[in-house]
Amino acid sequence: MLEAIEVTYKVSGRELISDVSVSFAPGKLHLIVGPNGAGKSTLIKVLARYLRPQAGRVEYDGVDVANAGEADLAKRRAVLSQAVEAAFPLTTREIVLMGRYPHFGGRPGPVDEKIVDEMMELFDVAEFSERNYQTLSGGERQRVNFARVLAQIWIDREHSSQEGGRSRYLFLDEPLTFLDIRHQLAFMKMVRDFASDTDVVTVGVVHDLNLAGRFADDVVMLDEGRVKAVGAAAEVLTSENIRSVFGVEPSFIPAAGAGTHLIFD
Amino acid sequence: MTAAAIRYGAIDFSFADISAALSSLFPGQPEATLDQRIFLELRLPRTILCLFVGASLGVGGTLMQALFRNPIVEPGLVGTSSGAAFGSAFFFVLGGAFHFADAIWSLPLAACLGGVVSTYLVFLLARSREDGRASIVMLLLTGLAVNALFMSAIGFLSYLARDPQARSITFWSLGTLSGANWRSVCIVAVSTVVGTTVALRYSKQLNALMIGEEEAAYLGVNVNRLKWIILSVNVVIVAVATAFTGVISFVGLIVPHILRMMRGADNRFLIAASAVTGAILLSVADLVARLALRPAELPIGIVTSAVGVPVFLYLLRRRQYIF
Repeated sequence: MLEAIEVTYKVSGRELISDVSVSFAPGKLHLIVGPNGAGKSTLIKVLARYLRPQAGRVEYDGVDVANAGEADLAKRRAVLSQAVEAAFPLTTREIVLMGRYPHFGGRPGPVDEKIVDEMMELFDVAEFSERNYQTLSGGERQRVNFARVLAQIWIDREHSSQEGGRSRYLFLDEPLTFLDIRHQLAFMKMVRDFASDTDVVTVGVVHDLNLAGRFADDVVMLDEGRVKAVGAAAEVLTSENIRSVFGVEPSFIPAAGAGTHLIFD
Repeated sequence: MTAAAIRYGAIDFSFADISAALSSLFPGQPEATLDQRIFLELRLPRTILCLFVGASLGVGGTLMQALFRNPIVEPGLVGTSSGAAFGSAFFFVLGGAFHFADAIWSLPLAACLGGVVSTYLVFLLARSREDGRASIVMLLLTGLAVNALFMSAIGFLSYLARDPQARSITFWSLGTLSGANWRSVCIVAVSTVVGTTVALRYSKQLNALMIGEEEAAYLGVNVNRLKWIILSVNVVIVAVATAFTGVISFVGLIVPHILRMMRGADNRFLIAASAVTGAILLSVADLVARLALRPAELPIGIVTSAVGVPVFLYLLRRRQYIF
């Protein structure tokens, strides 16, 4: 369970998110939507403890995360960012292996190597293994990074004796930016699968309300740094909410096999 | 390479001379001749000092480039070298007036203090007022300004200086290994070995930093702490080396670049390899400095700059990197 309790984050006296209280249950895919400047990325970064709120607190499993150790936190919390650039040439495999850095000291162990191999298979990037990450396309990089991020909080069922009992946290900060439609769909399906694990709390930011409506179990709608609505997708993505927050007029079109489709005017 | 560096110079030594010189150290052997004493007290310490200073500069360059995620950075850029040179210059011009000029440790201490002050000044000024974090861009620009400040301060000191002192300032700002003795070898050896060992412990974290500060933080790296540790290691190894040799530019720039072209940028390999490569490269430079105008010698900084500036400009012209 992940909870934000009366969280306010300010920069230069301006509140980017104000008095946000919202909770995220494990086993579900939570997506945050809202117009530009609504505070979506800020909220994700506060939840992931990259930014420290000036007021309020964030609790992981009922414990204030403010004092958690960096190394300990990194074993159970991973964040997929929009675009990850490497400053110097590194192999794709080394980038994925970074996800295991919190888990080993000097050299990666056999479990680390195994998880890296599995993740690279899962995201179809094994063929790039020895290629320079900098030469990959935006979409390829995004897959490599998703492999890295999942490797970070992956539990190898055969070898895990410890690490049980505590939730794992996955944050996705606009992960679809560089993906084409096919990869967007494949990506969202993979996220939904992973999010259905009962000990995983998954929170993501997306721009596309249709994707949010189709894949999210729960939607949080932000407007000007405050929670406008929260709940099941169908309850939050209503004409009234979309009109008042985004300033556009939505129409709901029935779509074959995929609920309704939103178009805007 | 080291063998060549030992043999050739203003005086060439044969290997027979060298073994005779070395054996004169042992009891019961004939007293060392003048030439043999030149070898033992000048050439040999100089060659070894050169290895350690080269290693220091190579590691310093690798650390700074990893920290700033930018291949055109070198220890000079965050103010370390210019601060250390200012400390030395200050010592030479005004030290006598304060009665601390005689102590053996004064000069390296003055250089270290200068290096510490300038580097921490850069970091302090570059820190954001909002959240205390120092962004890379702010660090680079602040480093530029602080370097200019210390260089003009050195200029001011040399203006005040009477002739022999002024000459020694020129010497400091261009770098030379001619002051090598066994004491300086020991001090630089300690700082190089300790600094490199500490840096190696953080090579994994420096790798994580290469995909960005935010990503590194998510991977469990305490980014601000890592910055302080790496900067401190850099200050110590570079300022101690600078204290005995003056500012030797561009070694820290070239070494990591050569290695990255050869074998990629994994810091677990890069840090150790840059120590070795730096040592080799500076030995070549010192040999050139000694042989080019034999029996006079060039300041080594002229040699390293002659090679380093074209490399620097080449890196600047490549559009691959964002500054």
